[in-house]
Amino acid sequence: MRDKTVTITIDGKQVEAKAGQKIIEAADDAGIYIPRLCHHKDLPPRGHCRLCVVKVDGRPRSSCTIPVEEGMTIENDTEELNAHRRTVLEMMFVEGNHFCPSCETSGNCELQAEGYRLGMVVPKLPYIETHREVDATHPDIFINRDLCILCGRCVRASALQDGKTVFAFEGRGIEKVITVNAEHGLGETLMDVADAAAHVCPTGCLRTKRVGYSVPVGERKYDHNPIGSEIEQAASH
Amino acid sequence: MPKETTAIIEQIAHQFNNDPTRLMDVARAVHGRLGHLSELSIGLIAKNLGIHRAQVRDMVSFYAFFSRSPQGKNVIRICTAVVERMNGADELVEAFEKELGIFLGETTEDGKVTLEKASCIGLSDQAPSVLVNGIALTQLKPEDVPGIVAAICSGDEIDTLPQARVRKNLRQSGPILLGPYESGDAVRKAIRKTPAEVIIELYASHLRGCGGAGFPTASKWEKCRTSKGESHYVICNADEGEPGTFKDRVILMENPELVFDGMTIAAFTIGAEEGMIYLRGEYDYLRGSLERALANHRQLGLLGNNICGIEGFNFDIRIQAAAGAYICGEESALIESLEGKRGAPRDRPPFPVERGYKEQPTLVNNVETFCGVSRVLEHGGQWFSRLGTEQSKGTKLLSISGDCRLPGVYEVEYGITVEKLLQQVDAEDAQAVQIGGPSGFCIGPKDYLRSIAFEDLPTGGSIIIFGPDRDILEYMYQFGEFFAEESCGWCVPCRVGTTLLLKDLREVLDGHATHRELDELKQLCGTIKTMSQCGLGLTAPNPILSTIEQFPELYEARLQEGDYYPRLDLNKALKAGCTASGRELFQIETGEPAVTNS
Amino acid sequence: MSKPTIATGHFTGCFGCHMSLLDIDERILQLTELVEFDKSPINDKKRFDRVVDIGIIEGGCSNDENVEFLRMFRKNCKTLVAIGACALTGGVPAMRNTVPLRECLEEAFLRGPSVIDGVIPNDPDIPIMLDRVYPAHEVVKIDYFIPGCPPSADALWAAIVALLEGREPVLDYELLKYD
Repeated sequence: MRDKTVTITIDGKQVEAKAGQKIIEAADDAGIYIPRLCHHKDLPPRGHCRLCVVKVDGRPRSSCTIPVEEGMTIENDTEELNAHRRTVLEMMFVEGNHFCPSCETSGNCELQAEGYRLGMVVPKLPYIETHREVDATHPDIFINRDLCILCGRCVRASALQDGKTVFAFEGRGIEKVITVNAEHGLGETLMDVADAAAHVCPTGCLRTKRVGYSVPVGERKYDHNPIGSEIEQAASH
Repeated sequence: MPKETTAIIEQIAHQFNNDPTRLMDVARAVHGRLGHLSELSIGLIAKNLGIHRAQVRDMVSFYAFFSRSPQGKNVIRICTAVVERMNGADELVEAFEKELGIFLGETTEDGKVTLEKASCIGLSDQAPSVLVNGIALTQLKPEDVPGIVAAICSGDEIDTLPQARVRKNLRQSGPILLGPYESGDAVRKAIRKTPAEVIIELYASHLRGCGGAGFPTASKWEKCRTSKGESHYVICNADEGEPGTFKDRVILMENPELVFDGMTIAAFTIGAEEGMIYLRGEYDYLRGSLERALANHRQLGLLGNNICGIEGFNFDIRIQAAAGAYICGEESALIESLEGKRGAPRDRPPFPVERGYKEQPTLVNNVETFCGVSRVLEHGGQWFSRLGTEQSKGTKLLSISGDCRLPGVYEVEYGITVEKLLQQVDAEDAQAVQIGGPSGFCIGPKDYLRSIAFEDLPTGGSIIIFGPDRDILEYMYQFGEFFAEESCGWCVPCRVGTTLLLKDLREVLDGHATHRELDELKQLCGTIKTMSQCGLGLTAPNPILSTIEQFPELYEARLQEGDYYPRLDLNKALKAGCTASGRELFQIETGEPAVTNS
Repeated sequence: MSKPTIATGHFTGCFGCHMSLLDIDERILQLTELVEFDKSPINDKKRFDRVVDIGIIEGGCSNDENVEFLRMFRKNCKTLVAIGACALTGGVPAMRNTVPLRECLEEAFLRGPSVIDGVIPNDPDIPIMLDRVYPAHEVVKIDYFIPGCPPSADALWAAIVALLEGREPVLDYELLKYD
């Protein structure tokens, strides 16, 4: 049986999409990149980061959670939306303590990469100066919560891919943090370095120990090619 | 001790069939018995409900009423919402702090009393007020405090205190919502129709949701009725958390039967057997009377099996007590909370009418809307729609508080002007009126001829009046504090943005801003309004944006000349360094000439 | 017509941005053709004698002296450009921002493992530390920002050329880096 298709328009370009597909997936298939951080292709969408907000028939909607519908007109790469996205990125930077120069994820960090792609030069919002707990109790993995953007990828990956529910959220509002399924720390959980959850963090928050700085500057993931360029190039073939 | 805790938690979990979707009830019960939710309790709850410890921690850390550290035997929650502070809540806090010798958020050494603050507790018409172990004490003065504290500490019954009275303050009953009603009338009339005809009647009435959003009730019901599922659910949203609103409280005190019957009619129409009233934790003191009213309804054959003698028409209602979270007034967050999770709003579609409670088609309506439904079925849609305006039919309950002589609940016809309202409540000199609470709009006299209606000034019912001497912008800041505290944290723009708005608005209010910083504040508002996931974030900038629009002169007056104002406050920034090194704070040379050297 | 004038300054940081500026290699000859250096550590000129066209500063503000000098730059530069992570965000020195200043000082001067009979220095000639490290734009108005730790020589060159040509310095993808 062939999938039903619908036609939508993204930034003036007509795109065929499979019925039921989310807007962001349809855009990916068409080689159009919509910025994102909490979205991950192997995980169900949640709409935390809001970077993927597009205008659907004039209304702002998160493209990772909204399914395509016949005739939708979508604005994505507009100056208005990109300005809002830069501000949302700035919010993530001032919410945590992101010291890129000394961070071992620098160059491979998706948060940073979105900043590069969208042209965020400097976060000018006031710093919130949180100081959240580091968890180094696990032999192979650490959690540096000051770099957490609460995208929830690890929460979903651990529950749905690893079947472990090692992670969950705790608290609300600006006090919200990632918590682990143990009384004290990650070391008491079933977390294993081979788990999917250990490899989905978009920033330097949840990282494998003893492998930092292994790729020299100039050869890191986003040194030369913007995040999303793989999606844009895949479709041109 | 751990052994005892184990037994208590086992017993409580058993009481709720070890059902993880009843985590809210289990956590409330454990909290009630043990005074707080320790890591030990959290682990035991998880074990008994067959879920992960992290899931329990996730849920309990979300709600304001759950404490994870030991609390006093008695908990005093002082409401410090805007209207309360206009009426002396700050002085009340001081009096309690002095009397108890502790600060807000602390517990007395003898472990007898914990003092906490609360967001709006739905008593703005009798402010300032507090909840002591869930019991409301209203219209307090600082001089009442010693007596209250003495009573609490000597273990007296709180509800015998003279201040333990919740007034209805029902100033004006209209023909629809608060008129006399005979239990079951509406149901008996509804069941003579087919479910499809009930919906036709609702279409004829043009009834719209009364919680604020104003979605047409008939089409919501129709969508829910036609959605396929194993079972359908009816939920009454009694979580009115918008500061300054208390009209649902009055309905639940005055005419709960109208609500029950509205829900029963919904059950009949969409085919549901289970109904739930999600009652805000702050209204816990209403639970007893509501349970009695429900029992009475069952006795009358209006709930339970074979309602009104119709074979197979089975429906009952249970009350789900909540635990303090404004966001749970949003219907998808409410459903999450009902399922025993943190109250995080879901992304839509799917809408609750398609996939709601336990992934089944679920109808969520506000308390007042269910009342409207009962009246529509009692008297007919035509009758209902003869009142009101083009797009807003019928009447609306307003909770009016703030600087007026006659605060309370008013049932008014849609279309009433603000001016007329102000006359009725005796507040004609109002400087500004907050329509729809913090998430609504602040308007000034030039707009007093506008009217309360979906097509003009929509409101869930909260009306707060600011008298001529009030510093309105300071209250807008307090609204901002409310949003920052109540943001669920799900999405970035709201979680971070609501806190940033406070920082930046403070700078403006303190005179530390120029036009440039005010423009940046407006841009920040724009991003939060565009990018947030749910109504909380989308409306959180409204207090700032509406006052910038309505009262630009109040902002102008605080702005500095020039096109830049530094965030650095040098004297403040040097204080810590001076103290630490034992040096005098000196005023740094700023010098005016263009060429300056050190 | 006289050449545009440039001043450069450094505050709390590592001087790496200035080093990176020297990394433009032979283009530095071209630069001296294009502009005249005023107050700068590069020529060791210590004073402003006039208002210059372009000021370039690196480093954040961690003490009262930084603030005073940064304000002086603002007064004496028509266009002020902040370069590098420290000027833009506080950078590595701002890692202390999550710890109260008193604790930092006590750790360094009283409780540290190598301290004997320590005191927190209070000589009047020593600048007084601020409660936290401030990025430059929180102290004075900054016209343009060039991120990087340090910004690469190419990024700095591109930015300076743009400024001299009267354009807003916008960095290409490979030049816009936060590290």
